[in-house]
Amino acid sequence: MAHTEHTPVVRALYLDDDVVLDAVKDLRGKGIKVKEVYSPFPIHGLDKAMGLKETRIAMAAFMYGLIGLSVAILITSYMMNIDWPQNIGGKPSMTWGKNMPAFVPIIFELTVFFAAHLMVWTFLIINKLYPGAAPQNPDPRTTDHHFMIEVAAGDGVVDALKATGAIEIAEA
Amino acid sequence: MFVFTKKAKLFAGALTLVGLVMMVIGFNTGGHELDSHDGHATEMHAMDAHAEEAHADHSKEDHSEEAHPEAAHAEHAEEAHADHEEGHGGHEDHGAANRPWAAFMVNTIFFLGIGIGTLFFLAIQYAAQAGWSAGILRVMEAVALFVSIPLLGMLFLAITGSMDLHHIWHWMQDGIMDPTSPNYDSIIAGKEAYLNDTFFTLRTVAYLIIWGGAAYLLRRNSLKEDALPEGQTIFFTQRKLAAIFIVLYAVTSSTSAWDWIMSIDTHWFSTLFGWYTFAGMFVTALTVLNVLVMFLRVQNYLPWVNDNHQHDLSKFMFAFSVFWTYLWFSQYMLIWYSNIPEETPYYLARFGEFKPLFITMLVLNFFMPVLVLMSRDSKRIMGFIMLAAVFVLAGHWMDHYIMIMPGSVGYHYGFGWVEIGGFLFYAGLFLYVVQRNLAAAPLRLKNHALIHESKLFHQ
Repeated sequence: MAHTEHTPVVRALYLDDDVVLDAVKDLRGKGIKVKEVYSPFPIHGLDKAMGLKETRIAMAAFMYGLIGLSVAILITSYMMNIDWPQNIGGKPSMTWGKNMPAFVPIIFELTVFFAAHLMVWTFLIINKLYPGAAPQNPDPRTTDHHFMIEVAAGDGVVDALKATGAIEIAEA
Repeated sequence: MFVFTKKAKLFAGALTLVGLVMMVIGFNTGGHELDSHDGHATEMHAMDAHAEEAHADHSKEDHSEEAHPEAAHAEHAEEAHADHEEGHGGHEDHGAANRPWAAFMVNTIFFLGIGIGTLFFLAIQYAAQAGWSAGILRVMEAVALFVSIPLLGMLFLAITGSMDLHHIWHWMQDGIMDPTSPNYDSIIAGKEAYLNDTFFTLRTVAYLIIWGGAAYLLRRNSLKEDALPEGQTIFFTQRKLAAIFIVLYAVTSSTSAWDWIMSIDTHWFSTLFGWYTFAGMFVTALTVLNVLVMFLRVQNYLPWVNDNHQHDLSKFMFAFSVFWTYLWFSQYMLIWYSNIPEETPYYLARFGEFKPLFITMLVLNFFMPVLVLMSRDSKRIMGFIMLAAVFVLAGHWMDHYIMIMPGSVGYHYGFGWVEIGGFLFYAGLFLYVVQRNLAAAPLRLKNHALIHESKLFHQ
């Protein structure tokens, strides 16, 4: 969802998500580059139709999970075994290995916490959705009941868009 | 339409036969031939006689157990071990005599899990009106119908147990609930109202009727639906039937686990045990279903099933591996933490004699499927699914082994004729019955209300 202000684009508005999906397939079939689609909700199969690259967020989430796992192991061993060892529940061994079952819930929670939170933040930052970021959406109607396809300007693009059932076409 | 070829028939039949022969050898040699422990019991009556001796010994140990509550089953094993070295083999023989029976039971429970897990999954599809799975319902039906065979195996074990042919469930020993007997165990006697031969066998029969009956009815209606011009009415009949079965299964899944598996360690109890057992069975079933669907797809029997369906089945496999681990750990951690003498013996045995198996089982059942199936792509690639399936199936076989063996056989465990033969026997029967069921009806339901949705399913 990169900025497209520098290159001239044509924006077409639609009223139905199925029409948009078909339009994207149609346009790409004709060799027209679909730069972006704005929709009030996720459209099933649109990522494939647009030919978007596969996300790498899963790998990032896995890494964040491993970070969380390591942090949890470090804090449990520091707090419970090094800094202030206590005899809890008749288990005074004070070694991390032998007390490990008690730490599993913490390890689990922190792994999930790190993976989930860092993944969401990563997603928001990559998509420029952090607080104070300039709005990306060219037409507020696409947050409500309209759909928009943005293609690079070129010969015959407007006619091709009309043929796909666009209700409104604007060059910018 | 699936074709059950002659070659496949022959293969399944041969597996069953080889398994049966191996089991016969195992039972006649007391199951000792393939490992280093030497058995004394060479035939059934001899086994019985030894078992009787074992009871006498057992009672002494029970008294010592009351005196030192923290010493229980694990120490039975230890004591038996010591006894063995000193030459008093009483308790040893008790376990040795149970060995082939317990080995048969491990395989029975393992395959029972495949059947009942699939039956439950099938019922969920109807109760939830799931659309994605409509295209593989016939595969589920074929596996679910298999459930009666291991159930008959359990019934066989329950009846032979009541006849004192073996003592997998040691509360079945004569006199153990009789205060005048030297064999008396007051804790077990307190459980007499629930754990007695008649009620136990009756419950096993009830499971056979409820589970086998549900599988039969779901299949019968599904075939009936094919013959109708339109399928809507039977869809709702199926839904009601599935809902009723799920309610009954909610109760019987727990009680069957208590009866068959938890009562082996009679003194011990865990409120989580039913779910824990169910989770293991369910993930086994989902894995087998996934592999079966994959095989059918490779042979081009299921053109309406695509990677998205496979992906969902793999997700189930992944999720329920984690679910199983969650329940396993919940049961373990509470017992480890509270450290109460009446609860810990269960894990003393499993972290003692059975430790290598126990750790391997945990790795196979949790770490391997989680690592292999975590990414989206690997859930759609057959090689990865197969790899995870091998881990999960091996792991859950071992899990059932570790649930059953320590309490029934103790120190005298091993991998011999019956462990392997029993597996081959059931595997052969499974292949035969499932393929026969698959061939008996078209693999695509004709009038199912959601069959079209299943075909269009993608994600």
